[in-house]
Amino acid sequence: MKVEQISIFLENRAGRLEEVTRILAETGVSIRALSLADTSDFGILRLIVSDHEKAKKALKEHGFTVGRTSVVAVEVDDRPGGLNAILQVLSAGGVNVEYMYAFVQQSSKTAIIVFRFDKTDQAIELLGQKGIRVIPGDVLYNL
Amino acid sequence: MIYDVDLETLPREDLEALQLSRLKSLVGRVHANVGFYRQKFDEMGVKPSDIRSLSDLKLLPFTEKQDLRNHYPFGLFAVPKENVVRIHASSGTTGKSTVVGYTHRDVRNWARLMARCFVASGASALDIIHNAYGYGLFTGGLGAHYGAEELGAIIVPVSGGGTKRQVMLLKDFGPTVICSTPSYALVLHEAALEAGVRIKDLPLRIGIFGAEPWTEEMRRDIEEKMGITAIDIYGLSEIMGPGVGIECCVAQKGLHIMEDHFLVEIIDPDTLEVLPPGEVGELVITTLTKEAQPLIRYRTRDITKLDITPCRCGRTFARVHRMMGRSDDMLIIRGVNVFPSQIESILLETEGVAPHYLLVVKREGNLDTLEVQVEVDEKLFSDEIKNLQRTELKIVKNIKDYLGVTAQVKLVEPRSIQRSEGKAKRILDLRKQA
Repeated sequence: MKVEQISIFLENRAGRLEEVTRILAETGVSIRALSLADTSDFGILRLIVSDHEKAKKALKEHGFTVGRTSVVAVEVDDRPGGLNAILQVLSAGGVNVEYMYAFVQQSSKTAIIVFRFDKTDQAIELLGQKGIRVIPGDVLYNL
Repeated sequence: MIYDVDLETLPREDLEALQLSRLKSLVGRVHANVGFYRQKFDEMGVKPSDIRSLSDLKLLPFTEKQDLRNHYPFGLFAVPKENVVRIHASSGTTGKSTVVGYTHRDVRNWARLMARCFVASGASALDIIHNAYGYGLFTGGLGAHYGAEELGAIIVPVSGGGTKRQVMLLKDFGPTVICSTPSYALVLHEAALEAGVRIKDLPLRIGIFGAEPWTEEMRRDIEEKMGITAIDIYGLSEIMGPGVGIECCVAQKGLHIMEDHFLVEIIDPDTLEVLPPGEVGELVITTLTKEAQPLIRYRTRDITKLDITPCRCGRTFARVHRMMGRSDDMLIIRGVNVFPSQIESILLETEGVAPHYLLVVKREGNLDTLEVQVEVDEKLFSDEIKNLQRTELKIVKNIKDYLGVTAQVKLVEPRSIQRSEGKAKRILDLRKQA
């Protein structure tokens, strides 16, 4: 039920982000979701892509430092309180959110939120018990 | 085991008596035969007869690398050219190369000192020595070569380069000792793995590493990967070549200086005052027995400290700490001396990886700032900002704790720090350009 996310270390320099997207374009990899976290010196670009193995290999060949992390993608009703309902479940279960980012699907009444938890397996179990829809990697990569 | 037991274990008092008599003879010889020294002595008002005790050494002038360059190539010879049997020269990375001549006796002495070094490292006449130091004008190759023959061991004169072939020879000949730079040892280790050879499984048991600065952490890394005892050796072409000092395998703690042939002092590179044992400064060497090209108080630019406490191995020769850097590399940041090697040790300790790093020094207002750029590899990387910042803070804290300097740490992308073919460039001092 996990989703593989790749993360890339970027110095805060003009053109670095463009280089990543260019390499992905040349490799024929599509970006499904992304988030960029930054400090004054560097940033971490987190991506969910159509083919993470291929993307990782291409980026590494171009000298980027690339990491891989298992994250959880959750479908949330696009209405007030939708996210809160999920966070309540996790909070009650003692799971901490390290970071998250969200995107809304086209022509859909739901949003997808990507979570990085401190206890990934436990989080998936909790969400499952409450009938909250966790989107498997295969589905997300091919959206 | 000790090769020259009588000399290497001389009681301190007897050793100093021997040094003094050799020093007197040396001063007389250079005054009589080397115009450069005669002129310097005269300028300073020093006569050979003024040298009555070892402490009178401080009356004598220093010799600098530039003095050798100014008298290029043979101007500092103390014997007629017909008595010289060999010439070596430094690589000249920082200017015109420095030339050194040897008489027949100089070459014999050198071989004997190198034989001592092999024995100190734990080797004997029964060993096969794979010598990967370069042969030629560089002193490493021939220095180790003659020492091994003097000892009676088998020497394999591979010289540098041809890494694949070296791996094959390590496998086929089964040498028990290797001489190389520490970084080349790691290159061989990598190449061996690629060829499906585990150096750990070969008979190799001792590595004698020199010709570049390295750290204690690197020693542990080599010992663990290659399953050998890694020994630090010291020498410089201006003085002789390898064999001026070596660690003993018993303590592996500091390099014994061959004090019957070399007088050592540690000085403050700024004030030129002689420092007491234990204080960090520049190593200064006087050659007591060299015939062709003796040097008085040669400023090595190597930074270390002296340890005169008795060693477990039984040798009475003083030890110097592994070279901590070069005085020409020394950075003074808000009054604190900082060497790239110290930062390297801290980085290795903090992250356990050999990182590429660059020290950038700037002056903002009247304050010096030190920025340590560290390349982020996969071991160091995390997808969480807080982990990377924690790493930065840990490095900052360790630098503060160990060196007393507040540094900024900046994580940079792999390969963003310039690579060099030879000696790595570790410092960017922007103060000098202001």
